[in-house]
Amino acid sequence: MSSVWTQLEPHLAGVERPARYIGLELGARRPTAAEGAVSWLLTYPDTYEIGLPNQGLQILYEILNERDDAVAERTYAPWSDLEAVMRREGIPLFSVDTHRPAHEFDVLAFNLSAELTYTNLLNCVDLAGVPVRAADRRPEHPLVVAGGHCTYNPEPLADFLDAVVLGDGEEVVAEITEVVRDWKASGRAGGRDGVLRALAQVPGVYVPSLYEVAYGDDGTIAAVTPRHPDVPERVEKRTIADLAEWPYPRRQLVPLTEVVHDRLNVEVFRGCTRGCRFCQAGMITRPVRERPAEQVRTMVSEGLRRTGYDEVALTSLSTADFSGIEEVVEGIVDDPAACGQVSVSLPSLRVDAFTVGIATQIQKARRTGLTFAPEAGTWRMRQVINKLIREDDLYGAVEAAFASGWRRVKLYFLTGLPSETDEDTLGILELARNCVELGRRHTRNVSVKASVGGFVPKPFTPFQWFGQNTLEELERKIGLLRDGARKVKGLQLTWHDPKASLVEGLLSRGDRRLGPVIEQVWREGGTFQEWSEHFSLDRWLKAMADHGLDVDWYVHRHRTEDEVLPWDHLSAGLHRDFLWQDWQDALAEVGLPDCRWTPCYDCGACTGYGIEHVVASTTPPAGGSQGTGQDLSTADRVTSVPVVLRTSSLTGADR
Amino acid sequence: MSEAPAPHAAEGREPRGPAPRLRIRYSKQGKVRFTSHRDVARIWERALRRAQIPIAYTEGFAPRPKLSFGLALSTGYESLGEYLDVALRVPLDHVAVEQVPALLAPALPAGIEVQSVVALPPGEPSLQQVVTSCTWHIEVGDLGPSDVAAGVARALEATELPLTRERKGQTVTDDVRPAILDLQVLGPVTEVVAPLAPTATGTATALRAELATQPRALRPTELIAAIDPTWVVVRVTRLHQWTQAGGARREVIDLGPAATPPPHAERRAS
Ligand code: SF4
Repeated sequence: MSSVWTQLEPHLAGVERPARYIGLELGARRPTAAEGAVSWLLTYPDTYEIGLPNQGLQILYEILNERDDAVAERTYAPWSDLEAVMRREGIPLFSVDTHRPAHEFDVLAFNLSAELTYTNLLNCVDLAGVPVRAADRRPEHPLVVAGGHCTYNPEPLADFLDAVVLGDGEEVVAEITEVVRDWKASGRAGGRDGVLRALAQVPGVYVPSLYEVAYGDDGTIAAVTPRHPDVPERVEKRTIADLAEWPYPRRQLVPLTEVVHDRLNVEVFRGCTRGCRFCQAGMITRPVRERPAEQVRTMVSEGLRRTGYDEVALTSLSTADFSGIEEVVEGIVDDPAACGQVSVSLPSLRVDAFTVGIATQIQKARRTGLTFAPEAGTWRMRQVINKLIREDDLYGAVEAAFASGWRRVKLYFLTGLPSETDEDTLGILELARNCVELGRRHTRNVSVKASVGGFVPKPFTPFQWFGQNTLEELERKIGLLRDGARKVKGLQLTWHDPKASLVEGLLSRGDRRLGPVIEQVWREGGTFQEWSEHFSLDRWLKAMADHGLDVDWYVHRHRTEDEVLPWDHLSAGLHRDFLWQDWQDALAEVGLPDCRWTPCYDCGACTGYGIEHVVASTTPPAGGSQGTGQDLSTADRVTSVPVVLRTSSLTGADR
Repeated sequence: MSEAPAPHAAEGREPRGPAPRLRIRYSKQGKVRFTSHRDVARIWERALRRAQIPIAYTEGFAPRPKLSFGLALSTGYESLGEYLDVALRVPLDHVAVEQVPALLAPALPAGIEVQSVVALPPGEPSLQQVVTSCTWHIEVGDLGPSDVAAGVARALEATELPLTRERKGQTVTDDVRPAILDLQVLGPVTEVVAPLAPTATGTATALRAELATQPRALRPTELIAAIDPTWVVVRVTRLHQWTQAGGARREVIDLGPAATPPPHAERRAS
């Protein structure tokens, strides 16, 4: 086992934020692999600051290192300054834990959470000294695999990935380890094809090269067929039945340098059945699996004590829906171990006064800002997207927030939604203006921030058939809002760059023909596309044109019911006819209540897997309304409420 | 946890007068030297909380722990003598001050080691006020001792050593010669450890410099730039921080002669 540290070290003082590359975090491992063990390099294809907190990778890091037959280390995309040094000096991609070169690992495993990181994946593979195209790799090269939400349509990356994992990774990493271990022990029998064929037998693992894609005359997919009889026709996602069996991360990494979400994170449930039709995260993670409240409390108190953090986030897609959220939060407040200052973040607040009540009750000092996500400006539009928040719910929540002393409210919206009219778009302005008015009754310094993102349709949602708005249309709508917002004092409008939405749309529903496009954009220097200083739409448009591909056809075209979608041979557990029916209901403006508290719609997520929701409470949360959460697939939308908790015994001493 | 004596204040036990304080001396070596001054402050906040030291917090909307450091150590530099003052919410009564280093040790990353902790007498001035100079070990790459000695001699003989620096967005030129309290060439270094820049030959020449921190601190790279801007600094270690006591110079917390290893003798954290 070698290390590139001595080669790297003299150059670190010359790059930005060198602490990104040194490891040494609390909880970091320097594992030594036993003879025959499988070594994994867990990679987040963006900067350390974005990648380190990724809970998925941290969970796998622990699970793999607990095994005798596996070791796992981590790496992140080196920033462009260090990349230039590495290429000049011939330093390969390395792990931050032991600075071992990436090509010495058996598996390079990527977390794909955002489409705009795809070119970084290619760059990391190339920096590792591994051929970027799977077909060019030899048996001694690492396997390049990926998991994460984007892998529900991995087709644009099919040329570059050896294998893809769908769904929860906790169990399947063990099964992959065993396959690779046995293959290595057999002297790599059958070469690369040997291990890939064996991996294709593991439920939840998709091996793109084992499928043949045929196209029709109209350019759509005619069929996707397995190349061998033993390769499954359809790959189903993996789902862990009980979160209580997986109290991970047990030893959350505490970085030495600043990162996003730099706090203790405890996942309180996985899955969401609110049924927001735009939200891929909600659809693909069904059913709801709650962590027992007692386990949450233990993970919080032990986590705080172990890490020294003074902030904990209770994470999920809609934390206010957690059964008994009030008691859990109170438990954290009253824990004597919370000595000093502990603040609690509740990401993705539901939009109602009840939720504001929780926030008010548990926070004593830091009333800075509250965030809500009504997502659309009119009731009609919210029925289309199944985000059933009444105006009264929103106004009640906002009123309660200002009345309780908050001065800033942030609202999240989407534009470019199916059937959206200008009246719907301008409804965003109307809601925001009314919130400003409500605030005026309580404070002169009212600040309402409205953040608008262009809607990108995602696979395995009812909107997967919808043609995304064009760049011009999104820019026009944002222009309408901008003009209107100027006239409202106290209202600030921010928006996601529609040019980035266009590329996200292209990649999220693209097919294998986009492989050469991604490769060209990467070769022409298009890395770190999530970063506005590196993003270039022109590079993407040029690559599409160079390969004779039509952006309009990929992004803006409505799909028909009978069209074979590039991901139809994969399954997120949802019946296709359920999604189609939900799409028709959307167009008919019919809402669909949460199946946690109404009869099952047989979407497939539970029925197909023989599992069910794990919730402690069978009654809907107080406050009633269905307004909830946010679309986690949009990277810049971090809704959290920082609220400061103090143990009652401390309130006096701190004054 | 509930069995342990409460490390924080019980109600009605609000401290009177100035907050009690601890002064910590520690080293920073190896990979961890690439953390910034800001990073180190956050590392200490979390380590102190993990060790259940009852830190005092600032008032206001976003309370912060009351920690104060002396002259910031640049990212990439090592140190055998860093200092930190910690204001406490209540006097330390659940643990003796001598036990604090052992409590902190497991809470700190490899490369940051507590050397000593003392309770400060009330009214003791801050580190910024008491530290008057620092001693630095500096290595200059790809240059022999005679070349370095010639440059050093020129600098020491000069009546004025003007240096242009940025200060609060303005370019200021001043004479840094008075800030050089001592400057000696130690000799050749055949293998540069903990390098800050690549060397062509892998060799360097070591210097030892005592530089004033008041009225304005002279930093090692500024010293080298003032001597000869073409020299490349390949390693910097802070060895001492000095204060004045009864007309004599002494280390802020003296570890005794045997306790301070020369920069090459230490066991390196990696
Ligand atoms: S199968 Fe039924 S209960 Fe389960 S998520 Fe789907 S609709 Fe809800």
